Amino acid sequence: MAEMDVSSGGGHKKGPGVKKGKKLSTRVDLTPMVDLGFLLITFFMYTTTMSKPKTMEINMPNNEKVEEKDQTKVKESVAMTVLLSKDHRIYYYEGLATDPTKPPELKVTYFKPKGGIRDAIIDKKKSVDELRQQGVLSGKDQLTVLIKPDVNSTYDDLVNILDEMAINDVKVYAIVDITPVDQEFIHMTENANQGTTQK
Amino acid sequence: MPKLKMPRKSTNVDMTAMCDVAFLLLTFFMLATRFKPDEPVTVVTPNSISEIPIPDNDIMLLTVDPKGRVFFSIDNPGIRRTLIEDVNEYKSLGLTPDDMQSFAHGASVGVPFAQLKSYLAAPPNQQKEFDKVTTGIPTDTVNTSDQNELAAWIRMARNNNPKLRIAIKADGNASYPEIKKVIKTLENWKIFKFNLITGLKAVPPGSAAYIMQNGTAKPKQ
Repeated sequence: MAEMDVSSGGGHKKGPGVKKGKKLSTRVDLTPMVDLGFLLITFFMYTTTMSKPKTMEINMPNNEKVEEKDQTKVKESVAMTVLLSKDHRIYYYEGLATDPTKPPELKVTYFKPKGGIRDAIIDKKKSVDELRQQGVLSGKDQLTVLIKPDVNSTYDDLVNILDEMAINDVKVYAIVDITPVDQEFIHMTENANQGTTQK
Repeated sequence: MPKLKMPRKSTNVDMTAMCDVAFLLLTFFMLATRFKPDEPVTVVTPNSISEIPIPDNDIMLLTVDPKGRVFFSIDNPGIRRTLIEDVNEYKSLGLTPDDMQSFAHGASVGVPFAQLKSYLAAPPNQQKEFDKVTTGIPTDTVNTSDQNELAAWIRMARNNNPKLRIAIKADGNASYPEIKKVIKTLENWKIFKFNLITGLKAVPPGSAAYIMQNGTAKPKQ
Protein backbone atom coordinates (compact mmCIF):
# COMPACT_ATOMS: atom_id res chain seq x y z
CA MET A 1 0.00 0.00 0.00
CA ALA A 2 2.89 2.29 0.51
CA GLU A 3 4.52 2.04 -2.87
CA MET A 4 5.06 5.02 -5.05
CA ASP A 5 3.03 5.49 -8.11
CA VAL A 6 5.64 5.19 -10.78
CA SER A 7 3.50 3.99 -13.65
CA SER A 8 4.63 5.95 -16.59
CA GLY A 9 1.96 7.47 -18.59
CA GLY A 10 3.55 6.44 -21.86
CA GLY A 11 0.54 6.14 -24.09
CA HIS A 12 1.17 7.61 -27.44
CA LYS A 13 3.89 6.57 -29.75
CA LYS A 14 6.67 8.88 -30.65
CA GLY A 15 8.52 8.75 -33.86
CA PRO A 16 11.88 7.03 -34.11
CA GLY A 17 14.75 9.06 -32.75
CA VAL A 18 12.58 11.08 -30.49
CA LYS A 19 13.58 10.52 -26.92
CA LYS A 20 10.88 9.18 -24.76
CA GLY A 21 10.47 11.61 -21.83
CA LYS A 22 9.37 9.54 -18.92
CA LYS A 23 6.44 11.19 -17.27
CA LEU A 24 6.83 10.98 -13.52
CA SER A 25 3.87 11.22 -11.25
CA THR A 26 3.78 14.23 -8.96
CA ARG A 27 2.12 12.26 -6.22
CA VAL A 28 4.36 11.63 -3.25
CA ASP A 29 3.63 9.06 -0.64
CA LEU A 30 2.92 10.96 2.55
CA THR A 31 2.73 8.00 4.93
CA PRO A 32 6.19 8.46 6.51
CA MET A 33 5.52 12.16 6.93
CA VAL A 34 2.24 11.43 8.74
CA ASP A 35 4.07 8.90 10.90
CA LEU A 36 6.60 11.49 11.87
CA GLY A 37 3.88 14.06 12.50
CA PHE A 38 2.00 11.83 14.91
CA LEU A 39 5.19 10.80 16.64
CA LEU A 40 5.95 14.43 17.39
CA ILE A 41 2.37 15.08 18.46
CA THR A 42 2.60 12.23 20.94
CA PHE A 43 5.86 13.61 22.26
CA PHE A 44 4.47 17.10 22.78
CA MET A 45 1.30 15.77 24.32
CA TYR A 46 3.29 13.89 26.91
CA THR A 47 5.69 16.67 27.78
CA THR A 48 3.20 19.50 27.85
CA THR A 49 1.91 20.83 31.14
CA MET A 50 -1.67 21.54 30.44
CA SER A 51 -2.97 22.42 33.87
CA LYS A 52 -1.03 24.93 35.84
CA PRO A 53 -0.78 24.33 39.55
CA LYS A 54 -3.14 26.26 41.75
CA THR A 55 -2.06 28.29 44.69
CA MET A 56 -3.49 29.32 47.96
CA GLU A 57 -2.82 32.79 49.19
CA ILE A 58 -1.89 33.20 52.79
CA ASN A 59 -1.44 36.28 54.87
CA MET A 60 0.51 35.93 58.04
CA PRO A 61 -0.05 38.39 60.87
CA ASN A 62 2.49 41.16 61.03
CA ASN A 63 4.97 40.39 63.78
CA GLU A 64 6.11 43.96 64.23
CA LYS A 65 5.57 45.38 67.66
CA VAL A 66 2.02 46.48 68.14
CA GLU A 67 1.20 48.75 71.02
CA GLU A 68 -0.99 47.32 73.72
CA LYS A 69 -3.84 49.73 73.08
CA ASP A 70 -3.92 48.96 69.35
CA GLN A 71 -4.23 45.27 69.87
CA THR A 72 -7.61 43.77 69.52
CA LYS A 73 -8.22 41.12 72.09
CA VAL A 74 -10.04 38.10 70.84
CA LYS A 75 -13.10 37.46 72.93
CA GLU A 76 -13.36 34.10 74.61
CA SER A 77 -16.83 33.52 73.25
CA VAL A 78 -15.87 33.86 69.59
CA ALA A 79 -12.61 31.98 69.76
CA MET A 80 -11.95 28.42 68.82
CA THR A 81 -8.54 26.86 69.21
CA VAL A 82 -7.47 24.05 66.92
CA LEU A 83 -4.37 22.03 67.73
CA LEU A 84 -2.89 19.90 64.99
CA SER A 85 -1.00 16.88 66.15
CA LYS A 86 0.41 13.49 65.30
CA ASP A 87 -1.24 11.15 62.76
CA HIS A 88 -3.46 13.94 61.39
CA ARG A 89 -5.26 14.14 64.72
CA ILE A 90 -6.94 17.41 65.60
CA TYR A 91 -7.63 18.60 69.12
CA TYR A 92 -9.94 21.51 69.48
CA TYR A 93 -11.63 23.46 72.20
CA GLU A 94 -13.75 26.55 72.45
CA GLY A 95 -12.24 29.68 73.85
CA LEU A 96 -8.63 30.53 74.44
CA ALA A 97 -7.82 28.59 77.61
CA THR A 98 -6.43 31.69 79.31
CA ASP A 99 -7.93 30.78 82.66
CA PRO A 100 -5.81 28.02 84.21
CA THR A 101 -8.44 27.21 86.82
CA LYS A 102 -10.97 26.21 84.20
CA PRO A 103 -9.31 23.95 81.68
CA PRO A 104 -11.32 23.72 78.45
CA GLU A 105 -12.97 20.58 77.27
CA LEU A 106 -10.61 19.13 74.71
CA LYS A 107 -12.14 17.17 71.86
CA VAL A 108 -10.36 14.95 69.36
CA THR A 109 -11.33 14.68 65.75
CA TYR A 110 -9.94 14.13 62.26
CA PHE A 111 -10.26 15.62 58.81
CA LYS A 112 -13.31 13.95 57.36
CA PRO A 113 -16.34 15.10 55.43
CA LYS A 114 -18.89 14.18 58.11
CA GLY A 115 -18.55 14.50 61.84
CA GLY A 116 -15.01 15.82 61.62
CA ILE A 117 -13.49 19.21 62.22
CA ARG A 118 -15.74 20.74 59.57
CA ASP A 119 -18.90 20.09 61.57
CA ALA A 120 -17.24 21.43 64.69
CA ILE A 121 -16.41 24.68 62.88
CA ILE A 122 -19.93 24.96 61.46
CA ASP A 123 -21.45 24.42 64.93
CA LYS A 124 -19.21 27.04 66.45
CA LYS A 125 -20.04 29.46 63.69
CA LYS A 126 -23.74 28.95 64.31
CA SER A 127 -23.41 29.57 68.02
CA VAL A 128 -21.45 32.76 67.39
CA ASP A 129 -24.16 33.92 64.99
CA GLU A 130 -26.81 33.21 67.60
CA LEU A 131 -24.93 35.15 70.25
CA ARG A 132 -24.72 38.07 67.87
CA GLN A 133 -28.45 37.96 67.21
CA GLN A 134 -29.14 37.91 70.92
CA GLY A 135 -27.11 41.07 71.23
CA VAL A 136 -24.47 39.53 73.47
CA LEU A 137 -21.85 40.20 70.81
CA SER A 138 -21.58 43.26 68.66
CA GLY A 139 -21.86 43.10 64.88
CA LYS A 140 -18.14 43.23 64.42
CA ASP A 141 -17.41 40.10 66.38
CA GLN A 142 -17.03 36.97 64.38
CA LEU A 143 -15.69 33.50 64.77
CA THR A 144 -11.95 33.52 65.22
CA VAL A 145 -10.01 30.32 64.76
CA LEU A 146 -6.55 29.96 66.20
CA ILE A 147 -4.55 27.29 64.45
CA LYS A 148 -1.71 25.84 66.45
CA PRO A 149 0.22 23.11 64.69
CA ASP A 150 2.50 21.16 67.00
CA VAL A 151 5.85 19.60 66.12
CA ASN A 152 4.32 16.30 65.05
CA SER A 153 1.95 17.75 62.50
CA THR A 154 2.69 17.82 58.80
CA TYR A 155 2.30 20.38 56.06
CA ASP A 156 -0.67 18.39 54.87
CA ASP A 157 -2.52 19.16 58.10
CA LEU A 158 -1.74 22.84 57.80
CA VAL A 159 -3.06 23.09 54.26
CA ASN A 160 -6.11 21.02 55.14
CA ILE A 161 -7.05 23.21 58.06
CA LEU A 162 -6.51 26.37 56.00
CA ASP A 163 -8.69 24.80 53.38
CA GLU A 164 -11.40 24.16 55.96
CA MET A 165 -11.30 27.86 56.72
CA ALA A 166 -11.95 28.59 53.05
CA ILE A 167 -14.62 25.89 52.79
CA ASN A 168 -16.52 27.14 55.82
CA ASP A 169 -15.99 30.80 55.08
CA VAL A 170 -14.22 31.58 58.32
CA LYS A 171 -12.93 35.10 57.80
CA VAL A 172 -10.69 35.49 60.80
CA TYR A 173 -8.07 32.90 61.51
CA ALA A 174 -4.43 32.86 62.44
CA ILE A 175 -1.58 30.43 62.57
CA VAL A 176 -0.10 30.76 66.02
CA ASP A 177 2.79 29.08 67.78
CA ILE A 178 1.71 26.36 70.12
CA THR A 179 1.94 27.19 73.81
CA PRO A 180 3.25 24.87 76.54
CA VAL A 181 -0.26 24.85 78.00
CA ASP A 182 -1.69 23.48 74.78
CA GLN A 183 1.09 20.95 74.52
CA GLU A 184 0.20 19.79 78.01
CA PHE A 185 -3.44 19.36 76.95
CA ILE A 186 -2.38 17.13 74.10
CA HIS A 187 -0.17 15.05 76.36
CA MET A 188 -2.91 14.62 78.91
CA THR A 189 -5.43 13.55 76.32
CA GLU A 190 -2.97 11.21 74.67
CA ASN A 191 -2.16 9.55 77.96
CA ALA A 192 -5.80 9.26 78.91
CA ASN A 193 -6.69 7.71 75.59
CA GLN A 194 -3.73 5.41 75.35
CA GLY A 195 -5.83 2.30 75.53
CA THR A 196 -8.59 3.37 73.24
CA THR A 197 -7.01 5.24 70.37
CA GLN A 198 -4.04 3.05 69.76
CA LYS A 199 -4.22 1.35 66.43
CA MET B 1 -24.37 -17.57 -15.34
CA PRO B 2 -22.21 -14.59 -15.96
CA LYS B 3 -19.27 -14.08 -13.69
CA LEU B 4 -19.60 -11.22 -11.30
CA LYS B 5 -16.71 -8.93 -11.93
CA MET B 6 -15.53 -6.91 -9.00
CA PRO B 7 -13.97 -3.67 -10.08
CA ARG B 8 -10.43 -3.56 -8.88
CA LYS B 9 -9.78 -0.52 -6.79
CA SER B 10 -6.48 0.84 -5.73
CA THR B 11 -5.57 0.40 -2.09
CA ASN B 12 -3.63 3.63 -2.07
CA VAL B 13 -5.19 6.21 0.16
CA ASP B 14 -4.54 9.86 -0.20
CA MET B 15 -2.51 10.81 2.84
CA THR B 16 -2.59 14.55 2.27
CA ALA B 17 -5.60 15.24 4.45
CA MET B 18 -4.30 13.13 7.31
CA CYS B 19 -0.94 14.82 7.02
CA ASP B 20 -2.59 18.21 7.23
CA VAL B 21 -4.40 17.26 10.40
CA ALA B 22 -1.27 15.78 11.94
CA PHE B 23 0.76 18.89 11.36
CA LEU B 24 -2.01 21.18 12.48
CA LEU B 25 -2.10 19.34 15.80
CA LEU B 26 1.65 19.31 15.94
CA THR B 27 1.79 23.07 15.50
CA PHE B 28 -0.82 23.53 18.21
CA PHE B 29 1.04 21.42 20.73
CA MET B 30 4.35 23.02 19.91
CA LEU B 31 2.96 26.45 20.55
CA ALA B 32 0.88 25.50 23.56
CA THR B 33 3.57 23.54 25.33
CA ARG B 34 5.60 24.82 28.20
CA PHE B 35 8.16 22.38 29.32
CA LYS B 36 8.00 21.23 32.86
CA PRO B 37 10.82 22.85 34.75
CA ASP B 38 13.41 20.43 35.95
CA GLU B 39 12.76 19.59 39.53
CA PRO B 40 15.38 18.18 41.81
CA VAL B 41 12.92 16.28 43.97
CA THR B 42 9.43 14.97 43.50
CA VAL B 43 6.98 16.78 45.68
CA VAL B 44 3.37 15.78 46.13
CA THR B 45 1.47 18.88 47.14
CA PRO B 46 -1.68 18.70 49.25
CA ASN B 47 -4.98 19.67 47.67
CA SER B 48 -7.15 22.64 48.40
CA ILE B 49 -10.27 24.21 46.95
CA SER B 50 -8.37 27.37 46.05
CA GLU B 51 -8.48 28.13 42.34
CA ILE B 52 -6.01 30.98 42.08
CA PRO B 53 -3.59 30.14 39.27
CA ILE B 54 0.09 30.67 39.90
CA PRO B 55 1.40 33.86 38.24
CA ASP B 56 3.42 33.39 35.07
CA ASN B 57 6.59 35.19 35.97
CA ASP B 58 8.47 36.79 38.81
CA ILE B 59 8.14 33.73 40.99
CA MET B 60 10.49 32.64 43.70
CA LEU B 61 9.84 29.02 44.35
CA LEU B 62 10.80 27.44 47.64
CA THR B 63 10.47 23.69 47.41
CA VAL B 64 10.34 21.63 50.58
CA ASP B 65 10.64 17.90 50.10
CA PRO B 66 9.23 15.20 52.46
CA LYS B 67 12.47 15.16 54.45
CA GLY B 68 12.27 18.90 55.00
CA ARG B 69 15.11 19.85 52.66
CA VAL B 70 14.68 23.29 51.14
CA PHE B 71 15.40 24.10 47.50
CA PHE B 72 15.45 27.56 46.05
CA SER B 73 14.64 28.68 42.54
CA ILE B 74 13.60 31.71 40.55
CA ASP B 75 12.32 31.56 37.03
CA ASN B 76 13.99 34.33 35.03
CA PRO B 77 17.45 33.30 33.69
CA GLY B 78 18.57 36.93 33.44
CA ILE B 79 17.83 37.54 37.09
CA ARG B 80 19.39 34.24 38.04
CA ARG B 81 22.58 35.48 36.47
CA THR B 82 22.66 38.74 38.40
CA LEU B 83 21.62 36.91 41.55
CA ILE B 84 24.50 34.46 41.41
CA GLU B 85 26.91 37.32 40.75
CA ASP B 86 25.65 38.98 43.91
CA VAL B 87 25.86 35.77 45.88
CA ASN B 88 29.39 35.22 44.65
CA GLU B 89 30.44 38.67 45.70
CA TYR B 90 28.65 38.70 49.03
CA LYS B 91 29.74 35.28 50.18
CA SER B 92 33.07 35.40 48.27
CA LEU B 93 32.63 31.95 46.83
CA GLY B 94 35.10 32.41 43.96
CA LEU B 95 32.78 31.12 41.27
CA THR B 96 34.04 31.09 37.70
CA PRO B 97 31.91 32.53 34.87
CA ASP B 98 31.18 28.95 33.82
CA ASP B 99 29.81 28.13 37.26
CA MET B 100 27.57 31.16 37.10
CA GLN B 101 26.38 30.19 33.65
CA SER B 102 25.53 26.77 35.03
CA PHE B 103 23.45 28.39 37.74
CA ALA B 104 21.69 30.74 35.31
CA HIS B 105 20.56 27.85 33.16
CA GLY B 106 19.98 25.36 35.94
CA ALA B 107 16.93 24.61 38.02
CA SER B 108 16.44 24.65 41.77
CA VAL B 109 19.46 24.61 44.00
CA GLY B 110 19.48 22.99 47.39
CA VAL B 111 23.06 23.13 48.62
CA PRO B 112 24.70 25.16 51.35
CA PHE B 113 26.89 28.04 50.15
CA ALA B 114 30.02 26.13 51.09
CA GLN B 115 29.23 23.41 48.57
CA LEU B 116 27.82 25.68 45.88
CA LYS B 117 31.03 25.96 43.87
CA SER B 118 31.66 22.25 43.56
CA TYR B 119 27.98 21.70 42.83
CA LEU B 120 27.86 24.20 39.99
CA ALA B 121 31.12 22.98 38.51
CA ALA B 122 29.78 19.44 38.25
CA PRO B 123 28.10 18.25 35.04
CA PRO B 124 24.27 18.12 35.10
CA ASN B 125 23.97 14.39 35.68
CA GLN B 126 26.24 14.60 38.72
CA GLN B 127 24.21 17.53 39.99
CA LYS B 128 21.13 15.33 39.81
CA GLU B 129 22.88 12.66 41.83
CA PHE B 130 23.96 15.22 44.36
CA ASP B 131 20.40 16.56 44.70
CA LYS B 132 19.39 13.19 46.09
CA VAL B 133 21.83 13.37 49.00
CA THR B 134 22.14 17.08 49.63
CA THR B 135 21.06 18.60 52.92
CA GLY B 136 19.12 21.41 51.26
CA ILE B 137 19.56 25.09 51.99
CA PRO B 138 20.11 25.55 55.72
CA THR B 139 17.24 27.40 57.36
CA ASP B 140 16.54 28.71 60.80
CA THR B 141 13.86 30.66 62.61
CA VAL B 142 16.01 33.77 63.00
CA ASN B 143 17.46 35.64 60.07
CA THR B 144 20.42 37.21 61.78
CA SER B 145 22.34 33.99 62.22
CA ASP B 146 24.74 32.85 59.53
CA GLN B 147 23.06 29.49 59.66
CA ASN B 148 20.03 30.82 57.90
CA GLU B 149 21.27 30.75 54.33
CA LEU B 150 17.74 30.76 52.96
CA ALA B 151 17.35 34.25 54.41
CA ALA B 152 20.41 35.39 52.47
CA TRP B 153 19.07 33.87 49.25
CA ILE B 154 15.70 35.55 49.67
CA ARG B 155 17.20 38.91 50.52
CA MET B 156 19.50 38.91 47.51
CA ALA B 157 16.80 37.71 45.15
CA ARG B 158 14.46 40.44 46.30
CA ASN B 159 17.17 43.06 45.94
CA ASN B 160 17.44 42.06 42.30
CA ASN B 161 13.76 41.95 41.65
CA PRO B 162 11.46 43.53 44.24
CA LYS B 163 8.40 42.33 42.38
CA LEU B 164 9.16 38.69 43.13
CA ARG B 165 6.22 36.76 44.46
CA ILE B 166 6.98 33.93 46.78
CA ALA B 167 5.51 30.50 46.38
CA ILE B 168 6.11 27.61 48.72
CA LYS B 169 5.78 24.19 47.23
CA ALA B 170 5.97 21.68 50.00
CA ASP B 171 5.27 18.01 50.20
CA GLY B 172 2.26 16.97 52.24
CA ASN B 173 4.45 14.80 54.42
CA ALA B 174 6.96 17.49 55.26
CA SER B 175 6.81 18.08 58.98
CA TYR B 176 5.47 21.37 60.27
CA PRO B 177 8.63 22.61 62.04
CA GLU B 178 10.46 22.61 58.70
CA ILE B 179 7.70 24.64 57.09
CA LYS B 180 7.64 26.93 60.08
CA LYS B 181 11.32 27.73 59.61
CA VAL B 182 10.64 28.81 56.03
CA ILE B 183 7.59 30.86 57.01
CA LYS B 184 9.45 32.47 59.90
CA THR B 185 12.32 33.39 57.60
CA LEU B 186 9.86 35.10 55.28
CA GLU B 187 8.18 36.83 58.18
CA ASN B 188 11.48 38.16 59.41
CA TRP B 189 11.99 39.83 56.05
CA LYS B 190 8.54 41.37 56.47
CA ILE B 191 6.98 39.17 53.87
CA PHE B 192 3.57 38.33 55.20
CA LYS B 193 1.87 37.48 51.96
CA PHE B 194 2.88 34.48 49.97
CA ASN B 195 1.40 31.59 48.06
CA LEU B 196 1.25 27.93 48.89
CA ILE B 197 1.15 25.72 45.85
CA THR B 198 -1.59 23.15 46.09
CA GLY B 199 -3.45 20.77 43.86
CA LEU B 200 -7.10 21.29 43.13
CA LYS B 201 -9.95 19.48 44.80
CA ALA B 202 -13.67 19.91 44.48
CA VAL B 203 -15.59 22.12 46.86
CA PRO B 204 -17.72 19.85 49.06
CA PRO B 205 -21.45 20.39 48.36
CA GLY B 206 -23.39 22.04 51.14
CA SER B 207 -20.48 23.97 52.57
CA ALA B 208 -20.34 27.74 52.85
CA ALA B 209 -17.82 28.00 50.02
CA TYR B 210 -20.09 25.93 47.79
CA ILE B 211 -23.04 28.21 48.45
CA MET B 212 -20.93 31.26 47.65
CA GLN B 213 -19.79 29.70 44.41
CA ASN B 214 -23.06 28.27 43.13
CA GLY B 215 -25.79 30.08 45.01
CA THR B 216 -27.33 26.84 46.24
CA ALA B 217 -26.34 24.22 48.75
CA LYS B 218 -27.47 21.25 46.70
CA PRO B 219 -25.53 20.05 43.69
CA LYS B 220 -27.37 20.21 40.40
CA GLN B 221 -28.65 16.95 39.07
